[in-house]
Amino acid sequence: MTLLLASFAPPYWLSTLIKVLVISAVVPTTALILGMVFLFKIMSWMQSRLGPQEAGPRGTLQLLADGVKFLQKEDIAPNGADLWVFKVAPLVVLMSTLLLYVALPASMHLVVADLDVGVFFVLAIASLSVIGVLMAGWSSANKYSLMGALRAAGQLIAYELPMVLAVIGVVIQAGTMSLNGIVLAQNNGSIFGWGGIGFPYILTQFLGFFIFIAAVQAELTQPPFDMPVAESEIVSGYQVEYTGFRFLIFFLAEFATAFAFAAIAAVLFLGGWAVPWLPTASDWYYVLGPMVLFAKVMIVSFIIFWVRFTYPRFREDQLQSLAWKVLIPLALVNIVVTAVLKVVL
Amino acid sequence: MTTVSDPQSVAALVAEANDNRVNLDFETEGMTLNMGPQHPATHGTLRIIARLDGEQVISAEPMCGYMHRGYEKLTEVRTYPQINALINRIDWLGSFANEVPFILAAEKLMDVEAPPRAQWIRTILFEMSRVANISLFLGDFGLQLGGMTAGFYAFRDREWVLNQIESATGGRFHPNFDRIGGLKDDLPKGWIEESHTAMDKLLAFCDEMEDLLVGNEIFQGRTRGIGVIPAEIALSYGLSGANLRASGVDWDLRRDNCPPGLVYDKADWKVWTHPDGDCFARTWVRLQETREAAKIVKQLLDTIPSGPVMAKVPRIIKVPAGEAYVATENPLGEMGYYVVSKGDLVPFRVKIRSASFNNISVLPWVARGAYVPDLISILGSLYFILGDIDR
Repeated sequence: MTLLLASFAPPYWLSTLIKVLVISAVVPTTALILGMVFLFKIMSWMQSRLGPQEAGPRGTLQLLADGVKFLQKEDIAPNGADLWVFKVAPLVVLMSTLLLYVALPASMHLVVADLDVGVFFVLAIASLSVIGVLMAGWSSANKYSLMGALRAAGQLIAYELPMVLAVIGVVIQAGTMSLNGIVLAQNNGSIFGWGGIGFPYILTQFLGFFIFIAAVQAELTQPPFDMPVAESEIVSGYQVEYTGFRFLIFFLAEFATAFAFAAIAAVLFLGGWAVPWLPTASDWYYVLGPMVLFAKVMIVSFIIFWVRFTYPRFREDQLQSLAWKVLIPLALVNIVVTAVLKVVL
Repeated sequence: MTTVSDPQSVAALVAEANDNRVNLDFETEGMTLNMGPQHPATHGTLRIIARLDGEQVISAEPMCGYMHRGYEKLTEVRTYPQINALINRIDWLGSFANEVPFILAAEKLMDVEAPPRAQWIRTILFEMSRVANISLFLGDFGLQLGGMTAGFYAFRDREWVLNQIESATGGRFHPNFDRIGGLKDDLPKGWIEESHTAMDKLLAFCDEMEDLLVGNEIFQGRTRGIGVIPAEIALSYGLSGANLRASGVDWDLRRDNCPPGLVYDKADWKVWTHPDGDCFARTWVRLQETREAAKIVKQLLDTIPSGPVMAKVPRIIKVPAGEAYVATENPLGEMGYYVVSKGDLVPFRVKIRSASFNNISVLPWVARGAYVPDLISILGSLYFILGDIDR
C-alpha cells in the first residue's frame, strides 16, 4: 500500500485539488484538537476542575458544539465600522495560518510545497497575520480594538527578531533552510559518532529553542504576552466587536497557528516527522511520519500551553525590554557560538 | 484648594481645560477611554473615565453610584433584626463582618453584652469571612494580571471556608447569624475540628499563592513600584485596612481600638505593614493578613469557652434613644455604623462608613502617569467591592 502511494503521480490539477482539500481539512482539525486537548482538558486539569463533561464522551465534542453555536450567531458589524475591512480582517488572519501549513512537512513527500527556503517562508508568512489584526482593530471603530491592534503591531517588532535569530542557529548547524533538509540532517546525524538517537538540535540549540518558544508565545498572543487581547485590560482587544463565525475564524486561526508553530519547533529542534531508529528513506513514513510529528507537536504544545495557563501578563514595555535586552543578545550569542563551533568542529 | 477669582486666570484655566492636545511636540490629541460600567477589571459596575496619551493615563476619574441601593435610607424603615439581613449585602464577600459593627453599635446603645462563647464565635466567624474575602482577592488579582490559574485555585480553596461558614450559619454568602445580645445558634457538632482542617488548607493555599503568584517575577514586575501611595497621601484620603498598612502606617482597629464584644486580645497575632506602598505591598500585606486570620481562628478555636450564646434581651427590640459609632477592621478596611436612635423599633438614621468608598477615592491621585495595564494593577490592588462603595 505504501508502494502504491509512492508511485502515485496525479496530474497537476488533481494534485493541487487534493492539496487544497487536505489543507482546508487539516487546519480546522488541528485547531479543534489543540482546543479540545489543551484549552479544555489540560487546562481544567491544571486548574483542578473538571472541564466540559456533557457533549460527547467525557466532553470531547464540546468544541464542536461551541463551533456550531458560533455559526448560529448573528454576524454583527458595529455602527461606524469600516465594513469591508472589518469583514475581510479575519480572513487575512486565517490566510496567514493556511499558508503556514503549505511548507510544513509531515513526511518526506507528504508536504504541499517542499521549499528550499522553507524556514524563511514560514517565518515571513507568520508575521502576515498582524496585518489582519491591524485591519480588525482599525475598522472596528472601538478604542479597545484600536489599542489592542497597536499593541499587536508593537509586539510584532519585539518578537519577530528574536524568533528569526533563534532559528538561524539551527540553519547554521543543518547547513540548509529547507525544513525537510533540517529533519534529514537531524535524523541522519550522530553525536560524536554515536547515532543512537540521531542528533536532535535541541541538544545544542536549547537556547535557541527557549527563545523560539518565548517568541512563539508572543506571536500567538498567549500569556504571558497576551497584551493585544488582554481580557482584563482592553477586553479582548481587536476581537471585541466580532461575533459569530468571524470570531470563530479568529479562534481557529489562533489555535491552528499554535499547532503550526509547535510543528515548526518540532521540525527545527526535535527531529520533525522522523524517528532515529527507522531510516528516513523508509516508506513507512507515509503513515508513521504524521503520527510522529503529531506526537512531537503535542509535547511542544504542552510546554506552550503550560506557560500560558501559569504566568501572569507582561506589560507592553516590559516585553520590549525583554526582547531587546535579553532575547536578542542571547540569540546573537547563540549564533556566534554555533557558527564558531560549526567551523571548528 | 486654592480659589481663583480674577477673570483672566479663570479664562486661562478654562482654556487649559478645553485644550485637548496632550503632547505639544507631536501635536497629538488625548483620547478619553470610558472603562466601565461594564469592564472586567472593575468587578462590578464602577465606571472610570480615563484620559489617555497613547497608553499613559493623564487623569482617571472613578464614577460610582451605578449600584446604589439606598441602604442608609432603607434602614430607617426596618427594624434592627431586619437591618441585619440587609447589611449582609454591603461587602458580599465577607458578609458576616458587615453585621458585627452594626450589632455592636446596637448592643452599645442597649447596654447589653453578648456571653463569652458568642463573643468567641463572633470573632472566629469574623476572621473566617476575612479569609473568605481576601483569599478571593489573591486569586482575582492574579486573574486581572492575566494569570488565570490563580483565580481557580482561589475559588477552589475558598470553598473550605465557605463550607464552614455555611455549616455554622446556614448561609454561604449571607449568614445573617448575628443577633443583638449574641448569636442565632450554637455551633454544630464537630465544627471545631473541621474548622481546624479548613484553616490548615487555607494556610497551604497561602503558601501556594506565594509560589504561584506573589513570588512570580512577572507579577513582581507588574506590581513593584506601580501605584505608590505614600503614607501621608494614604492618610489624607482616608484609606484604611490593608491599603493603609501597605503604605507603612501601623494601624489596625482590631488591635488599636477593638470594640468590646470581639476577643482579639485573646489570640497571639501580628499586624503586618510594608514600607513600599505600591501594588505589591498591598498584595503582600493581604497575603500575610490571610495567614494571620487563619492563625487567629485556630487559636480561638482551641480556647472557645462553653456557655450560652445568647444574652437576655426582650423579644421585641426597642433601642433606647442615643447615638453610637462602632467601627471594626473589616476585610476591606474600617467599616463603621453611626446609629442614631430615638427609642423606636427602627433607627432614626444609620450612617454607614464603608472602606471601599474611601479606598477608591485615591484613584485619581495614584493613577496619574500610569499606563493602562498599571491602572488595572492599581484597581486590582486597591481591592474594592462595588457593594461596599455604593451601598
